[in-house]
Amino acid sequence: MSHTDPPVVPGTHVIRVRGLRKSFGDNQVLNGIDFEVRRGGVVALIGPSGSGKTTVLRSLNGLAVPDDGTVTFSNGLEIDFSSPVSKRDLLALRDRSAMVFQHYNLFPHKTVLQNIIEGPVQVQKRRVAEATAEAESLLQRVGLADKRDAYPFELSGGQQQRVGIVRALALRPDVLLFDEPTSALDPELVGDVLTVIKELGDEGWTMVIVTHELAFARQVADEVVFMDGGVVVERGAPGDILVNPREERTKQFLHRVLHPFD
Amino acid sequence: MESQWDLAWRSLGPIIGGAIGGTIPLALTSFVLGLIIALAVALARLSRVPVLSGAARVYVSVIRGTPLLVQLFVIFYGLPSLGVTIEPWPSAIIAFALNVGGYAAEVIRAAILSVPQGQWEAGHTIGMSRVLTLRRIILPQAARVSVPPLSNTFISLVKDTSLASLILVTELFREAQQIATFSNEFMLLYVEAAVVYWVICLVLSSGQNVIEKRLDRYVAH
Ligand SMILES: Nc1ncnc2c1ncn2[C@@H]1O[C@H](COP(=O)(O)OP(=O)(O)O)[C@@H](O)[C@H]1O
Ligand SMILES: [Mg+2]
Repeated sequence: MSHTDPPVVPGTHVIRVRGLRKSFGDNQVLNGIDFEVRRGGVVALIGPSGSGKTTVLRSLNGLAVPDDGTVTFSNGLEIDFSSPVSKRDLLALRDRSAMVFQHYNLFPHKTVLQNIIEGPVQVQKRRVAEATAEAESLLQRVGLADKRDAYPFELSGGQQQRVGIVRALALRPDVLLFDEPTSALDPELVGDVLTVIKELGDEGWTMVIVTHELAFARQVADEVVFMDGGVVVERGAPGDILVNPREERTKQFLHRVLHPFD
Repeated sequence: MESQWDLAWRSLGPIIGGAIGGTIPLALTSFVLGLIIALAVALARLSRVPVLSGAARVYVSVIRGTPLLVQLFVIFYGLPSLGVTIEPWPSAIIAFALNVGGYAAEVIRAAILSVPQGQWEAGHTIGMSRVLTLRRIILPQAARVSVPPLSNTFISLVKDTSLASLILVTELFREAQQIATFSNEFMLLYVEAAVVYWVICLVLSSGQNVIEKRLDRYVAH
């Protein structure tokens, strides 16, 4: 993993999010979201469906443009959404972060290797040989070295998602964004993917993970952010938020997830 | 009877010559130019700039709402009264290319829209701009979807090139027509022309199958 060590960035946080607001028509989805992600930190974003978790991640990746608020990266990039955002800022945002999608979104017309080196070669202008070598070693790490030349349709969901993770890693982003990375998988394939994500956390990658796997969040995250109704209701150490939440809404949410048949 | 077969055989040369020297190059050139127009029109229709998408919409509507024969006559017989005289071949190519442009634009637009939104997002997350995502991610997938309908457009075009005989382009049908007029064997020559068109279309259909198989290699069956 020598050539894909997590990027080292000075400062205590990699991203600071302040006052993020976003509405779709009359639907006010984000109502002023504040949080930050420490360097090497793993933040688990939890909350009921429709609470705006995906929209937060998409905002951090320039896939959605908030109406207001700021996103600041420790190495100088600050994007203020209160005024129109330039294309350059959106591309800069995409340069700092990389998304792993719920439905993988691999490129079906490209092989596994081509999926992974597309960004490094076409966008970052790295040499094909170098990008290929790096992709191969990353594939080896996630146990997919022999799938290098396969097309996505030839892979199981769990394998596709591991390729999705490698595609994001190969970009060497400051922060990895995961949007419910295992919720489209058959139960028996979830473990492999979670193991890979946990290892990345142990290696020091900075990550924001939207997940419904609370046991996993407890294991891998060092901060849990609970969102509901477009605001951060409470945040803190997993042991606090997931075990002894202060807020009534958090308690209700955890109860619904942990005891769905009550 | 003998002389009929004889005539059929003797006229096969000029008819096939008309296909090779007229019909096929006319269809190919117009189709390639038409696809370029169609891609530009499809992108214009999908653009967020109202003037562009509006203009593209009008173009498609005019092309699809008027007969090809009329379009051909406007260019060849109509434009000279405005002082613009265009030779038969270029007239035919312009008319057919504009016509293909209108029909294929809708095919290409639908194909682009059929690529899931997640593909755009995946392109963006690896840092690509809209243009690069379109070129590297979306269009190759849209191409696969558009091959069957575009092949049909091409096959129709091959048959429609027979209209060029009406503006004096020497192609398959005009050759047959001329021999028919001299020999007075209309049924024979027109059936013969029909058979040659049919054979060309059979060859094109099998070519279409080959291309579709190739493009299908990354799709589950
Ligand atoms: N592109 C969009 N257009 C319109 N509404 C959207 C769009 N994306 C999300 N929403 C709405 O925003 C709300 C929050 O969605 P989302 O961020 O996906 O929540 P979560 O990921 O927490 O389930 C939902 O009500 C959803 O319908
Ligand atoms: Mg979501």
